[in-house]
Amino acid sequence: MELGERLFRHESGRIVAVLTRIFGLDNLAIAEDVLQDTFCRALEVWRLRGVPQNPSAWLMTAAKNRAIDVLRRERTARRLVPELTQLLESEWTMVPTVNAFFSTETIKDDQLRMMFSCCDPLLSEKAQVALTLNLLCGFTAGEIASSFLSKRSAIEKLVERAKKVLSTSKKLFDLADKELPERLSGVHRVLYLLFNEGYHGASAQKAVRAELCREAMRLAELLLHNPIVSTPASSALCALMYLNAARLPARVDGDGELISLEHQNRSLWDARLIAKGNDFLNRSASGSELSAYHIEAAIAAVHSKSARAEDTDWARIVWLYDTLMKIRPSPVVALNRAIAIAQKDGPEFGIAEIQAIAQSDRLASYPFLPAALAELELRAGQKESAREHFEAAVALARNPMERRFLELRVEAARN
Amino acid sequence: MSEFVYLYRGGRRPESPAEGERQMQRWSTWLQDLASKGHIKDRGQPLEREGKVVRAKGAITDGPYPESKDLVGGYTLIEAKDLAQAAELAGACPIFESDGLVEVRPVMQM
Repeated sequence: MELGERLFRHESGRIVAVLTRIFGLDNLAIAEDVLQDTFCRALEVWRLRGVPQNPSAWLMTAAKNRAIDVLRRERTARRLVPELTQLLESEWTMVPTVNAFFSTETIKDDQLRMMFSCCDPLLSEKAQVALTLNLLCGFTAGEIASSFLSKRSAIEKLVERAKKVLSTSKKLFDLADKELPERLSGVHRVLYLLFNEGYHGASAQKAVRAELCREAMRLAELLLHNPIVSTPASSALCALMYLNAARLPARVDGDGELISLEHQNRSLWDARLIAKGNDFLNRSASGSELSAYHIEAAIAAVHSKSARAEDTDWARIVWLYDTLMKIRPSPVVALNRAIAIAQKDGPEFGIAEIQAIAQSDRLASYPFLPAALAELELRAGQKESAREHFEAAVALARNPMERRFLELRVEAARN
Repeated sequence: MSEFVYLYRGGRRPESPAEGERQMQRWSTWLQDLASKGHIKDRGQPLEREGKVVRAKGAITDGPYPESKDLVGGYTLIEAKDLAQAAELAGACPIFESDGLVEVRPVMQM
């Protein structure tokens, strides 16, 4: 059998979660050592003997055996999770206890609990995202740094400090805790940020970006496996990720240039992801809750239904943005609403809306504000000011991909 | 054709799961390539780091614990025309990327 893509990465999140449940959050370093030993062992055995039939099961068993070794060695020296101490102290009960922890069902919950632990409100959002990538997705500090175009040493420090904060809570977050609703919205936020980092993010590498989106989707789907956290908002978040991810294959051309929604080859959209996204969206409608994720998913669903750009139901999209402005107003939402209004009523209406937003300086450094204005001006025949605004957008571009995209628009405005 | 043993010595741990996966892919490609050319007699076995050293008069100690850069981590049985070819084939082993080395030893004939 060939080694599955990203097998070690995915297993790393599962293994660390179970081990942390056993050793406690304050012994995270032991869990990470056991994980590292397990991977090295796999590498040494598999490189000569070949990858086993069920590599996940192999890794889990190897991690379990290693954990038992460490428990035998460490149990007198370390204070473990209090309610487990007794079970893990006696040789009679230790092995069955550890075996039970490694059963498939509890592993999913352990990952969830680890996710909730990582989204500790004591940590900054950036630290929460970095920690989630590190502990649940098996990203090293270097890999996180290259995804976020940050310095490796800065991410190392961030993750290290975050782990110290984590260790003060000793054990994994309990899903029965009364803080759950607050934590859940924090988890949603982190997964949303992770997905957006992949979708719009700074890394120029297509593979890195797709991987961040995939990880966010994988973790968001974990929420739907547990009845306590499988809320309508969790389903809506999954829906918005799947419906947007469906467009990823059409979003960048062969030269790595961004393609705007309007000009994408819609036959490249992933029908399987759209279908799954719509399933999640239906599921999200089960309660009375209407989150911003519901609206964003609904907007993506409208686009996914339109076989051609000109078939788009802009009236519905404007209405959805109106609703989103009520639930979670932001300058970016206002800008997207203005673009939708231009599509529905004509460019001059959009231009007026954008000029109203431009008054607020919160978007002063956002390249797509002048770019959107320029786009509408171009459509309204105001070439001169369109060119100026595209040039202003180029100056604000945050990564090479955005810069090239906007430079091409400057050219278009010149001709 | 003569027989040779490759002894894999040393080698640094991968820095990330992703690097570990890449290393594994390269090992698999390398061994498959050797096998397809009929050079593999036996893929061999990986060896544990820790063991016992037994000496005269029943003296048994933990060990061998040499410097980890010298430690044999596994072996493969190879068939090649001569020692020169066996050594040349080992030249593509991925162990060098992690600072390890391959010791090539002819199996003693009559």
